[in-house]
Amino acid sequence: MEFLQVLITGLGQGCLYGLIALGFVLIYKATEIVNFAQGDLLMLGAFFAVTYVGILDLPFWLGFLLAIISMAVFGYLLDMVVIRSMIGESQFSIIILTISIGFILRAVAGGIWGSDILSLETPYSGKMADIAGLVIGQEYLVIIAGTILLSVILFLFFRFSRLGIAMQASSQNQLAAYYMGVPVKRVFSLIWAISALVAAVAGTLMAPISLVSPQMGFIGIKAFAAAVIGGFGSLPGALIGGLIIGSSEQLAGTYLPTGLQEITAYSIMFLVLTFRPQGLFAQIQQKKV
Amino acid sequence: MRIIFKTAYLQDIKLLKHNGYIFWYGLLLLAVLIAPAVLDEFYIGEMAFIFIYAIAGLGLMIPVGFTGLPSLGHAAFMGIGAYANAYFLHQGVPFLISIFLAGLISFGVGALITIPLRKMTGIYFAIASLVFAIIVKEIISHWKSVTGGLGGMSVDYPVIFGFELDSTWQFYFLCLAILLLVLYLTLNLVRSPTGRAFVAIRDSEISAESMGINLSVYKIKSFAISGFFTGLAGALFAHRLSYLTPDAFNFLLSIQLLMMVVVGGLGTVHGAIFGAIFVGLLPQAIAIAKDYLPPAIGQFPGLEPGLFGVIMVLFIIFEPMGLYGRWVKFKLFFEMFPLYRKATFKRQKTYLKTERVQ
Repeated sequence: MEFLQVLITGLGQGCLYGLIALGFVLIYKATEIVNFAQGDLLMLGAFFAVTYVGILDLPFWLGFLLAIISMAVFGYLLDMVVIRSMIGESQFSIIILTISIGFILRAVAGGIWGSDILSLETPYSGKMADIAGLVIGQEYLVIIAGTILLSVILFLFFRFSRLGIAMQASSQNQLAAYYMGVPVKRVFSLIWAISALVAAVAGTLMAPISLVSPQMGFIGIKAFAAAVIGGFGSLPGALIGGLIIGSSEQLAGTYLPTGLQEITAYSIMFLVLTFRPQGLFAQIQQKKV
Repeated sequence: MRIIFKTAYLQDIKLLKHNGYIFWYGLLLLAVLIAPAVLDEFYIGEMAFIFIYAIAGLGLMIPVGFTGLPSLGHAAFMGIGAYANAYFLHQGVPFLISIFLAGLISFGVGALITIPLRKMTGIYFAIASLVFAIIVKEIISHWKSVTGGLGGMSVDYPVIFGFELDSTWQFYFLCLAILLLVLYLTLNLVRSPTGRAFVAIRDSEISAESMGINLSVYKIKSFAISGFFTGLAGALFAHRLSYLTPDAFNFLLSIQLLMMVVVGGLGTVHGAIFGAIFVGLLPQAIAIAKDYLPPAIGQFPGLEPGLFGVIMVLFIIFEPMGLYGRWVKFKLFFEMFPLYRKATFKRQKTYLKTERVQ
């Protein structure tokens, strides 16, 4: 019983890692940029939700929706104004650029909302659900449900909508997509928008279980581990990597000595990198001569 | 414009290429040597800090600037060097041996960690090195018998042959001596076959390999040497802090080191020094500027890290060659006047996908 309870909490946590990892992978697949500021986008999304719901007193779901829209616009503008000029530069420059953007976002959020810890009131926070003898916080159930819903929407979007297919095309071959009339630049900005949107969803789902502060973006480092485990180019891989990390971390916290919980995620990542460097669900292969 | 007439192959790798070098660098050395007699004690302390940063910057420049291994985890080597030095001093080991051991342990860790990392490129390497730093920090926090855990540990004053170096100017000269040693070793490394192999790996792994360079061995060498230098910097850093806690060696320190080499100029020895001066002076400049700014901006929480971020973004977008690159352009403009062409330093962009099978 205890095992199942811990496992479900871990899966809820893992869904959050998975959602952040999904944001990394979306951008990486399309533009070969690794967005080290993804965690800070999540932080910003959570702050937007707190502003709309907590400060402006809007109904929760409306505030949630507004937070998502605001973040999507923010992601689009971020790509249009800053990132686009960097396409074609070395990967290392872009890594440093996104890290610096993360620094700026953290400083700005600290300046606007203060470094006090805020909390987000939701219709479901603090309640327990009792399913067949298992007592689980409703926050975790909402996280799991929200992740499943978002994944299905994204899958349908990429599989069936014209824009989704154009995105797949420009991620596979920019030049060919451009010749076919796909507006590659705008598509890239839209991918940034989607990634920021996913971050906003993750941030809002995460807000009730871990209070909102400018530092909450550091969870992104663990999500890196998730993305690497999944193989940095696979969307389902990112989610599964997140689930693996989330659940094993919770189990390690319950059954292993203290101190090991913090490094579980990273140890798993090192193991995967050593024995299967391309990740569990690799889609990108290394170039060979 | 000075044209050097070369009559021997060895002239190509001379450290001092012409008399101008001897004059200007001699002048700089003289200025640094007499600084403690002229400047206020506070500034001497800050300069010693800049020297420590410069040592770490040189250490980081070897993998990032010369070998092309994007390390986001060099705070780990600083931490290992600092804690090793403090631990050995507590055990009664003489300072000169203790700082050498600190560097050596860091060297060993650098070599070991590169064994799993050597096959990775680009982002994978960056993330793995970042994770390495996190794991090292966790180990430092939990290994109470050696590091004192989260409570931290104190650091004794360095003692060399019975002299206790407890005043600022003595520490200043200690840092200066080690910086000069590391500088000489780095310059020597860069002009040696090993250093050239590093640069070849940075420019193209495939062509380096086909020239007979063993990628794994050279990557391990690069990281191990870097670990040694950064470990030395960490050992000095421990004395500067005088009380160690694991939090001093977090992600932000790695980024600060990285910012140093990027702002200074990647792939140049000058860059590490320029970057160290920049990073060392920035907090002072911000502190001074705070008094003159309107309180809404001056009292802005997180002003310093935010400004760090803004400066990095501006450098990456507008001057990826860093401060040293700006200086080279500036110099060339006057040397070539009026024939300077902007296109000399035009960046080449690569739009081809790098890691994918086409």
